[in-house]
Amino acid sequence: MKIAVLVKQVPGSESALRVGTEEQWVDESALDFEMNESDSYALEEALLIKEKSAAGGEVVVVSMGPPERTPKVIREALAKGADRGIHIHEEPPYENDPFLIAGIFASALRDEQFDLLLSGLQSADLATGQTGVILGEFLEMATATLVMATELQDGSIKVKRELESGWSQWITLPLPASITIQSGLNQPRYPSLRGIMGAKKKEIKVLSKADLIAGNTPLQSWERLYVHKKEKRTEMIEGDLNQVVDQLVNVLRTEIKVL
Amino acid sequence: MDILVVLENRNGALHRMSLEAIAAAQSLARDLNLTVAALAWGPQAKDLAREAATKRVDEVLSLEHELLEKYSSDGYAEAIKQVIEQEAPRYVLVGHTYMVRDYFPKVSARIRKPFVGDVVAYRIEDGSPVFTRQVFNAKLVVDVAPQVAPPVLVSFQSATFQADAVEAGTAPVRDITVALEAEQIKTQSEPPFQEAAGDVDLSSAEVIVSVGRGIGKEENIPLAGELAEAMGAELGSSRPVVDAGWLPSSRQVGSSGQSVAPKLYFALGISGAIQHVVGMKGSKNVVAINKDPEAPIFEIADYGVVGDLLEIVPKLTEAIKEQS
Repeated sequence: MKIAVLVKQVPGSESALRVGTEEQWVDESALDFEMNESDSYALEEALLIKEKSAAGGEVVVVSMGPPERTPKVIREALAKGADRGIHIHEEPPYENDPFLIAGIFASALRDEQFDLLLSGLQSADLATGQTGVILGEFLEMATATLVMATELQDGSIKVKRELESGWSQWITLPLPASITIQSGLNQPRYPSLRGIMGAKKKEIKVLSKADLIAGNTPLQSWERLYVHKKEKRTEMIEGDLNQVVDQLVNVLRTEIKVL
Repeated sequence: MDILVVLENRNGALHRMSLEAIAAAQSLARDLNLTVAALAWGPQAKDLAREAATKRVDEVLSLEHELLEKYSSDGYAEAIKQVIEQEAPRYVLVGHTYMVRDYFPKVSARIRKPFVGDVVAYRIEDGSPVFTRQVFNAKLVVDVAPQVAPPVLVSFQSATFQADAVEAGTAPVRDITVALEAEQIKTQSEPPFQEAAGDVDLSSAEVIVSVGRGIGKEENIPLAGELAEAMGAELGSSRPVVDAGWLPSSRQVGSSGQSVAPKLYFALGISGAIQHVVGMKGSKNVVAINKDPEAPIFEIADYGVVGDLLEIVPKLTEAIKEQS
């Protein structure tokens, strides 16, 4: 089993975000980046699939981004047990069209002939949820999204897909396949000290986005990034603990009338 | 036609988000003076076509095919690709449903046209629509414009348009066909099933006290439970709390859980990720307590408290008990 996992570095969920001066991206200067949440579940699932597979295999972690934050996320994955990494070197401005991004990954991965491609269902920053599917199409793989469980079979993989309102469905995909992983399907491991030490010796191949993009241009592009003007005015309740509680009781009783 | 709305079946009738997509199409058609067709297809296509024909659209397309009776991303993507090639719409509009999330990126890949997904608003600039999407955990929004010749595929977030705003009318129905082969469908699917049958019906609750990741740990859940009890409320939760196993999935509110519309939605430590908000934004009143002043939940809350819910909630429970 040769498995690729697509991981992304995104601002931590409690980061205070500021729009950058060009209104094209966030100001990264004060941000901490971490592995996108659903990607860390995808990585764990890849490691579990490899460990359960009798023939063993290889887990390759792939990430695109600038050298300041990308190798850190790849090293984290290597420390958890991925076998090697591919870093697609990207300088700003960062691509935001999922079709173009999938094309870049397709160029990087096509010759590797992966059996399985795992990614998180969507990234916290762009939130398109499209890259894994489009990449699967480009590499002529079967695809499935929002996957909640996997069972590797002979020449195929059976996955449980999440549908709406608590419904699910099992589907079987022939290999090679690209599947996007929903958060919560496993318990991502912590890297061991040995894993962290071992990760330093593992290979990270560096590719350049500029080479892989091959003159392609985006199908859609960001015009302007900004803070949404709220339609609804939120009344903020302030003060010390007792004042806050008194005001809350008052609102619940006299404004919303639920007490 | 200029605008093609691709409909979805939900229990034999039009999916609520398909009605919202029709409302979006009617709005865009008004703004740009365009014609609209709605595509009824898949299982019960005829019934969906009859329902769609009572809306103000220029035409309803009805598509039946043996290989579309059961959903597959390959079959559905191929069918829509062929319909787009035959009908040459400029805009293809859908609701951002779980099914659309699964097969629409495939359509985009196959026709090499942009899919602008999960749109929350649009506006017209120089005669063309610019679409607004939420990014960075819904803390920011971005305006997105297609960069290539039509068509563009667009999905709208739940409740961006209102299903009851759809204008009624009478539309002719036209049968269309596509050419599909069984070999084009790579996957095999089993019938859908419902996990952990919902023992709790949150949709009819008048007051919901809902817990998010900000509750910190499982041992703190009873704090919310006691508040819910004091208020005569049902206990709800966001996805991370269910994923952590702190509350059963039957309590989950959001796109993968229940949709609720209580008189009061009391959000404790819920950041307000899109997937959660789509399930509760119909609430009449929202009160939120969160320690992060930038949490998106404050965007939709009527009343907000920036603070430590572990301090506030027990005091509030006590105060409410004293009242009664």
